[in-house]
Amino acid sequence: MRWVNRQVGRSGRLFLGSAPILLLVFVYLILAVQRHEANPADKILPLPSAMVHSMAALILEPDKLSGQLVFWADTLASLQRLGLGLGIATLMALAVGLVIGILPPVRATLGPLVTGIAVIPPIALLPILFIALGLGETAKVALIVIGIAPVMIRDVAGHVNALPRELIIKAQTLGASSWQVILRVALPQAMPRLIQAIRLALGPAWVFLISAEAIASDQGLGYRIFLVRRYLSMDVILPYVAWIALLAIAMDFALVFLSRRAFPWAHGEGH
Amino acid sequence: MSALLSLRNLWVEYGDKIIIENLSLDIEEGAFVSVVGPSGAGKSSFLRLILGQEAPARGEIRLDDTPLVPECGPDRGVVFQRYSVFPHLSALRNVMFGAECEEAPFSARLFGAARRKARDDAAEMLHAVGLGASMDSYPAQMSGGMQQRLAIAQALIKRPRILLLDEPFGALDPGIRADMHELITRLWRDYSLTIIMVTHDIREAFTLGTRVLALDKRRHDPHAPHRYGATVVYDIPLDKERSKVVYHSERITIDEVSNN
Repeated sequence: MRWVNRQVGRSGRLFLGSAPILLLVFVYLILAVQRHEANPADKILPLPSAMVHSMAALILEPDKLSGQLVFWADTLASLQRLGLGLGIATLMALAVGLVIGILPPVRATLGPLVTGIAVIPPIALLPILFIALGLGETAKVALIVIGIAPVMIRDVAGHVNALPRELIIKAQTLGASSWQVILRVALPQAMPRLIQAIRLALGPAWVFLISAEAIASDQGLGYRIFLVRRYLSMDVILPYVAWIALLAIAMDFALVFLSRRAFPWAHGEGH
Repeated sequence: MSALLSLRNLWVEYGDKIIIENLSLDIEEGAFVSVVGPSGAGKSSFLRLILGQEAPARGEIRLDDTPLVPECGPDRGVVFQRYSVFPHLSALRNVMFGAECEEAPFSARLFGAARRKARDDAAEMLHAVGLGASMDSYPAQMSGGMQQRLAIAQALIKRPRILLLDEPFGALDPGIRADMHELITRLWRDYSLTIIMVTHDIREAFTLGTRVLALDKRRHDPHAPHRYGATVVYDIPLDKERSKVVYHSERITIDEVSNN
């Protein structure tokens, strides 16, 4: 049988999918054990026991200075920044992307500006943001928004612009005004694409979040990782990175679920 | 009495390319006009002109003796070959769309009694096109023929002065196509429609139409083929009275048309 025709069943997918992950964990463990045999105080590849020990302190014991559970305070701070950034960027993508996509005069006016902003590397703007907005939360959220909003706007605008011309014409022959075309034809058809755009923006959004936290912050997952780097605390860094990955995957799943639930017509399913 | 739709000396040009040259035509109320012609002979441009999607470079179009604004409006309904229905709305909501736009300018949604009325009207129209059993289906769950039925119902609910069909049955297989011919003939008769249909299928043009227009170039310059545009080269009235037209899939053929 040709490989292109080999379908994998549910249990087979589970096995195949977990195999490389387990292999990676296994290789790590072997290397870590080897290093600890040579040097019991090794910090570069900590053993799971060391990770559990350090993380338990961060997760369960209040910090002596602030009285907070450090791990949860970091998670909350980061998720708040990420959520605000993603939320604002999503609203901008929806509002601006929609009108750029459907109204030619707005496209002519704002299209070049959005394209111009989109090609600037957002990290290059970070100093400007810190100077203009201070070192507080605003600058971090602004970095996420500036980093992902232009791409999302262009994606939504492109999708709306590519809607079959026939649908727009048909709506007009049914008496729809520009506003009604936006509200009843373009908006609903842009929604599944918007969720797709959020999913794709999640990766960059995390990059900008961690960068902003690494440079100026007193809390947050990125801040913690860059802080403990000074002590070579791989036993904290690795679990934090794994936790970030887990959060990102959970968000992605939630978005896919939402899209299938709310817009079944876009997924070619019964409803 | 003047014609319902009157085209006077129309030219359509893109840059130095002439698509339609000097086309003049009157279309009477109640006509079923089939438009045929080779590819690139301006059939689609002709339809876009009447639809208002495109303005002529020169010439005048009058609908009910008023000059036509080059913009689509509810007085001209349209069914395209594809993408004629909204994929995000159920069949019923697709047909209610027209009423919702007309009666609720801001929200484009209806509530209470107005909604029930729009619903009932839409349901009646869906029954008329044979989709009574699929009112809550989404277009993606329907076959090509059902989607075209839905597109027709959606257009007819606005009671357009003219219904424009752009190769509406081109993508359907022959059996379904015969059913659709029967449907459109019945609707044309029952709702006293004026229809302009662009088609590739000459047989379909003669079976359905009361008048067949052939668009083509009158002259041809081999060195600059784009400098001559198409116009109406044949205008064939078929002797059919609306009341007598009964659709028989095999009996009406070109040969039976006496004045051809």
